[in-house]
Amino acid sequence: MKRVFQSSNSKAVIPSAIVEKNGGERRKVAKAQLTIALSGNPNAGKTTLFNVLTGLKQKVANYPGVTVERKEGVWKLGDTAARLIDLPGLYSLDVTSLDEQIASDVLTGKLSGLAKPDVVVAAVDATNLERNLYLVTQLLEFKIPVVIALTMVDAAEKQSLEVDSRKLSKLLKIPVIPVIATQRKGIGELSEAVLRVAAENKIPRLPWLADGDFSEDVKDIHLSLSDDAAANKKIFARYNYISDIYQESVNQKQTFERNISDKIDGVLTHKFFGLVILIAVLLLVFQTIFSWASLPMDLLEQGFGALGDFVKTSLPEGILNDLLVDGIIAGVGGVLVFLPQILLLFLFLSILEDTGYMARAAFLLDKLMSRVGLHGKAFLPLLSSFACAIPGIMATRTIENRHDRLATILIAPFMSCSARLPVYTLMIGAFFAGQTVFGFLSVGAVLMLAMYFLGIIVAVIVAFILKRTILRSPPPPFVMELPPYRLPNFRTVVQNMFTRAGLFLKRAGTVILAISIILWALTYFPRATEKVQNQNEAIVKSEQPAIGESAQLQNSYAGQLGHFIEPVIEPLGFDWKIGVALIASFAAREVLVSTLSIIYNTGKDANEESETLISAIRNAKKDDGSAVWSPLTALTLMVFFVLAIQCMSTVAVVRRETNSWSWTLFMVAYMTGLAYLAAFLTYQGGKILGFG
Amino acid sequence: MIYLQIFAEVKSKKEERKIKKKMTLANLTVGTPAKVVKVAGKTIVSRRLMEMGVVPGVAVTVIKTAPFGDPIQIRIRGYSLAMRKSEAEIIEVSE
Repeated sequence: MKRVFQSSNSKAVIPSAIVEKNGGERRKVAKAQLTIALSGNPNAGKTTLFNVLTGLKQKVANYPGVTVERKEGVWKLGDTAARLIDLPGLYSLDVTSLDEQIASDVLTGKLSGLAKPDVVVAAVDATNLERNLYLVTQLLEFKIPVVIALTMVDAAEKQSLEVDSRKLSKLLKIPVIPVIATQRKGIGELSEAVLRVAAENKIPRLPWLADGDFSEDVKDIHLSLSDDAAANKKIFARYNYISDIYQESVNQKQTFERNISDKIDGVLTHKFFGLVILIAVLLLVFQTIFSWASLPMDLLEQGFGALGDFVKTSLPEGILNDLLVDGIIAGVGGVLVFLPQILLLFLFLSILEDTGYMARAAFLLDKLMSRVGLHGKAFLPLLSSFACAIPGIMATRTIENRHDRLATILIAPFMSCSARLPVYTLMIGAFFAGQTVFGFLSVGAVLMLAMYFLGIIVAVIVAFILKRTILRSPPPPFVMELPPYRLPNFRTVVQNMFTRAGLFLKRAGTVILAISIILWALTYFPRATEKVQNQNEAIVKSEQPAIGESAQLQNSYAGQLGHFIEPVIEPLGFDWKIGVALIASFAAREVLVSTLSIIYNTGKDANEESETLISAIRNAKKDDGSAVWSPLTALTLMVFFVLAIQCMSTVAVVRRETNSWSWTLFMVAYMTGLAYLAAFLTYQGGKILGFG
Repeated sequence: MIYLQIFAEVKSKKEERKIKKKMTLANLTVGTPAKVVKVAGKTIVSRRLMEMGVVPGVAVTVIKTAPFGDPIQIRIRGYSLAMRKSEAEIIEVSE
């Protein structure tokens, strides 16, 4: 996978149209090709500007070996085509985080396949000039020509904040172009300025560094943590310089109209209403993911079912047919079914992020989350994981600290996702239906709730332990901007949503496809031989009706594996048939239901509420004639499913998001281990207490 | 961690009683305009705070405290910044 990233990175984006147009003069074109980096603070309107400059043609990948997202596109500046690199949104370039390291590597031309930028365009938020200019002073220290794109000028005007861009430009000695990206205002001027600056290639003096000879080498400017006194002095010098410029170029007429955001905050981060609204927002997100997504999900499911049927009937019977239908279509379809949920969740995430509400949610909940050792921002990914861990894990990207992010990823799958519901429903339907406690509480509802709580409690404990052991780190600074509330840009939100979904499909899809095929092969091979047929006859003779499918599964590698692991799962009260179902449901939890129905010969299409399947489970006998299942076995299986990873898509997405197989395998191992332990305690404990 | 935090809290309260002179952003009353005097320490936190514009001499106001008592929201250089009280403690201020 890594190789794929690298090759896509080293491929230069050469706009084919221009190469063709100039025909023989390729060398000249190659020379004229510019590399431009787009930099800016988070929330400075950088993404919107990037989208407007590059249009829809963007490439999103990761920087090699890390999970920092790398976006680039082609920006046409008149006749010249430039390669526009979107740097991560940053407050500073002192190398203390991965994002900062990457940005600094791009600016110094250290990354292979990426030339040192000819020009840096800095998106600078006019409503937050001082802090935004801080990054600009650092950019200038890299000795690359900088052009400022002054964003949010309309918002500044509304706040009666008059920014004199000409004066600013004169003082900083670099071009300052006011832009309103969504209306394409100032875009022409911006490209002219970039071309001009690229041709001149002049770097202004850096007056804030005048007292020391800091500017000799870029390496020396970006200090290690050892010489903090010098670093702090430099930060101070930059801000002093900025304060002077700010006072000369900004005229603040009034102040009483300024803080619309503070007024909104008066409600949204209110001690009481803030929490009520937060809960309402989270409920809305949650509810939407569950209910609105169900229609497209059903349609997708039916669509894949129909596709499978179509392929099955139109292709000649045989291994290819089976591979396509039962392996690829069923496997990939089973994952694609979650796409509507993923899209919806990312729609909400984009909106919450772009309006500025996400930072408020983290602000409200940080105290609670920090008790477990997690960041306030971990709350939403964890909540999303109740719908599906995949978008939840992908949403952890908002957490900057790697250790915090890893801890959140590692506990996210403990949240009972929607794919566990069929398992819970089947078990409750088979063994606890119609029972009540205290005469009015349905046992099923209590159990269901208990399963959700079990997941949460284990997650809290695991997070607590992880943050004190392998993921121990000094508490990362919570220091977080509460950006002004803004209306999200529709195009940015939608584009963001589809980019994320595309990434999920592309990256997770390959792993999912591979695992689907492997799992299919495990249940498909070896093919039923005479021996099996004889067995079938024997079964028929013993008047237990068996159809080929069941015999095939029982005799397959998966069936053999089920037998193989039987001694291990016996202490959990499981027999080898349940073992087969456990193995098959590693693809996805809900596969347990269909696998059980194949094993128990109740037909493949049985669902978790199917009476035949429920009675088959109730009546299943071991070789010695005793019942396989008891209410205790059912409870044990539910506990196992709360804690076991049992979802190849999660594995795939964790691999992608952590960019590490060792963390991924660690997660599979520890979750399976925990699940086994908890199931063991449940079953053996239950037996001691006289249940079972 | 929690123990450390509790310990730090107890300690800081003791210190508070002993030396009332030293005022930090953590014990500044909401709404009182103040000036940053010093950002103590040589940690990533102090560095990050300074990068975000919390440098000596700058005007600062605490806007509010989050519902569970932590973190706090401050206004500095015309924007809103949230930080935990443990982080606000290293910022010395004067009214």
